[in-house]
Amino acid sequence: MNTTSQTTIPIADLRRSQPRFQGIESGHRACLGCGEALAARLVTEAAGPDVMIANATGCLEIFTTPWPESSWRLPWMHSLFENTGAIAAGMEAALKAQGKSTKVLAFGGDGGTFDIGFQALSGMLERGHNVLYVCYDNEAYMNTGIQRSSSTPHAAMTTTSPVGRDRMGKRHLKKDILSIIASHHIPFAASASVAYPSDIRKKVRRAMEIEGPTFLLIHSPCPLGWGHDGALSIEVARLAVQSGLFPLIELERGELIGTMPLRQPRPVTDYLRLQQRFSHLFKDDSRAREELEHLQALAERNIEYYGLNSNRDDPCDSEGADTVRRGGQRWG
Amino acid sequence: MIEVRIHGRGGQGNVVAAYLLATAAIDEGHFGQAFPAFGAERRGAPVVSFVRIAERALRRRNQVLQPDFLIVQDRALLKVPGVLDGLRPGGGILVNTSLDAATIGEQVGSAVVTLPATQLAKTHLGRPVPNTALLSAFLTLTQILPMDALTKALEQKFRGDILERNLRLIEAASQHVPAGHWKERAHATGA
Amino acid sequence: MRQALEGSQAIARAVALCRPQVIAAYPITPQTHIVENIAKLVADGKLVCEYVSVESEFSAASVVLGAAVAGSRTYTASASQGILLMSEVLFNIAGSRVPIVMTCANRAVGAPLSIWNDQQDSMAVRDAGWIQLYCADNQEAVDTTIQAYRIAERTELPVMVCVDGFTLTHTLEPIDVPSQQQVDAFLPPYHFARTLDPMKPISMGTLVSPDFYPEARHSHHQALLNAAAEIVAADADWCALTGRSQGSLVQVEGDADASVAILTLGSVIGTLADAREMHPELGTVKLIRLRAFRPFPSEALLQACAGVTDLVVLERALSPGGGGIVGAEVKAALFDMPNPPRVHNFAVGLGGRDIPLDIYPRLLQAVRSQSPRPFAVFDVELDKLPAEDR
Repeated sequence: MNTTSQTTIPIADLRRSQPRFQGIESGHRACLGCGEALAARLVTEAAGPDVMIANATGCLEIFTTPWPESSWRLPWMHSLFENTGAIAAGMEAALKAQGKSTKVLAFGGDGGTFDIGFQALSGMLERGHNVLYVCYDNEAYMNTGIQRSSSTPHAAMTTTSPVGRDRMGKRHLKKDILSIIASHHIPFAASASVAYPSDIRKKVRRAMEIEGPTFLLIHSPCPLGWGHDGALSIEVARLAVQSGLFPLIELERGELIGTMPLRQPRPVTDYLRLQQRFSHLFKDDSRAREELEHLQALAERNIEYYGLNSNRDDPCDSEGADTVRRGGQRWG
Repeated sequence: MIEVRIHGRGGQGNVVAAYLLATAAIDEGHFGQAFPAFGAERRGAPVVSFVRIAERALRRRNQVLQPDFLIVQDRALLKVPGVLDGLRPGGGILVNTSLDAATIGEQVGSAVVTLPATQLAKTHLGRPVPNTALLSAFLTLTQILPMDALTKALEQKFRGDILERNLRLIEAASQHVPAGHWKERAHATGA
Repeated sequence: MRQALEGSQAIARAVALCRPQVIAAYPITPQTHIVENIAKLVADGKLVCEYVSVESEFSAASVVLGAAVAGSRTYTASASQGILLMSEVLFNIAGSRVPIVMTCANRAVGAPLSIWNDQQDSMAVRDAGWIQLYCADNQEAVDTTIQAYRIAERTELPVMVCVDGFTLTHTLEPIDVPSQQQVDAFLPPYHFARTLDPMKPISMGTLVSPDFYPEARHSHHQALLNAAAEIVAADADWCALTGRSQGSLVQVEGDADASVAILTLGSVIGTLADAREMHPELGTVKLIRLRAFRPFPSEALLQACAGVTDLVVLERALSPGGGGIVGAEVKAALFDMPNPPRVHNFAVGLGGRDIPLDIYPRLLQAVRSQSPRPFAVFDVELDKLPAEDR
């Protein structure tokens, strides 16, 4: 370290002198109540400082780095929308060639992960790169102004799946990305939610310990795109989990090894009612009722398929305490 | 400069033959160039490759349209339009066939030497790959390079048993054609 | 050491001598032999590097970008459709000012599908912000690949080494392969000032508002112009080390005082040079080869064109509805001359059509018998076309 004047502190020193490590500093330009900003902060906090980030085009990239400013306290690169898996793979190959142990993180939204960047992601997973890929899932192309993605839930309204005489929002199902990821038989893949911060931390730490490709899907409410009060982001995210619409699960080599059980599943309407993107489902309309029934059925199918119903006698049942039951007893 | 055009079928080692001939020339201190006629061919399809050997750097990149010599790895190709095109007056054609030169010569109307290369290859390699036998015959006929140059080129390309078998094959092939038969012609072009 | 090598094999050896740490490979004809040869060097333990077999050219370009910013020297190669598929990344690499070297084994772009040589692919990405160097033969491909790393790393600009597909990549010829000591003396270890490092975290690839964007573009343009000096220096230093100059920015041969000149890019120069020697009766002719196309070597071109009254611009690509791509740029550069030559602009050898030796007398006849026509495909056979397409 050379001459350090009183006014300029090397950023590495500054980072070390923080009360606790933060990967993203405050002062970025995310919207009020942005789930993605919160999730990225939690992920980088848990991952620690010895990482390198490849970030897809999207809100997270835009709101953190309006040149010449940056919120990142970590080495970070944005290249393109659809190549994040490959950029991360290249970083990892370089670090490996140099004999460094720095972990590579790849960040993408649902558009950059489920849709346009899927091929590069699949290639990265198949080749076994030591990368933790985190998808911040806010269920539409929010950066371009709320267009439908393959992650958008069924019946949700977006600007390209609008509601009208002949349409009730998105006509197709949310893509089951975790099952596709699981088919790559990677060491670890999981879903998480910003409503359960310590669960995110735990899953990130777990992934960080694994030498190989890992994947984390984090449900991240977008107040603007979903049409809810920014103050309710955590509430909305929690209801998505509690209703069964967004199950929190863990997969090892494609096998289900853990879930967050639901003590008392909430009706999907509790979740949907808070969001304008589903407001058309609460009109007095037979099609709306049919879609609500459909969504309730999807939630129940998740609860059944992943066995989310809590056994009240189960000592591991600790919903809300961010503890995930592990070991697969229920499916043994 | 000597220009050679090699006609064969995918799988007969046509490009390998061209590369071996040019490699032998280059390693003997000459200038050599070899390239295929760039096809997307699969096994069995007609393929063409080209060789130039000269005493100064070869700069041209065009296909050999007027060869001094033709090497035809499959007699049936003689009937394919274009195969005999452009052969320079006094040029020679080396054909892989068990028929005699007179019979083939009648058919194509040029100086032909024949070699039962497939048969020889089956005997010595156990596989019907005629390319190295034909190269041996070509060098025996033209004497543009010592046989040792082909041996060295083969040693770069092959190892072990397959190399040994090829060396036996080229020795046998060289016995089948009249040594120096095209020497005058080859040296005239080389001037 | 002089060796008989196929072009692709020679390029692979040159790449290995540059000690790349990360190589991204995806097959496409006629480039594939290069990455196959490198894979074999890795398998035989002759090259120690991370060899990443990606799932597309798009990812090939992305992997080398990620690796280069993470501090490693990289290599990839592609052609044709592959170049177009990775074109978005090519712009991104250049705009990020990251030193990457790749080979483009020049090939036509479909449709109609053609696997054969022309230069439509690299011409299609001429505005990507890469340095583009076009090679006349395989010795130049070897030497230019090594020079390209030094140029890239000194300028923080990517370099595309353009090598005619098949015509060079699949031609076996004598190659003087440099020694490891020569390459090590010429090329220092990889250094990238903005390497991502957890101890000195920086953000790359940020959003740039109109307040800064024109400045970023200006500096990128200026960097390419400035790179001309590095291209010249690299070739001169390489020549001092090995005795081989590969043409700097613009290579001129033939009769210096000729009033007729033929300008080309890539390997066709060799055929023209041989033909010129065979036809002294056709008068004095100068042959001009643009080795650098980006940066466009305007100054060197004007010098080469001094005293020329008729300039034939031959190219291996075209801009449909526009005409010659190289021709348009050459004409624009010549506009600054007091007495610019008449320009006769032809495409020739598109999609791998053989360019025979008699192209030379035919071109000179065309120049002497007529005033410049609009751009034309010189070797088109119109009788193959229906009347309405002629």
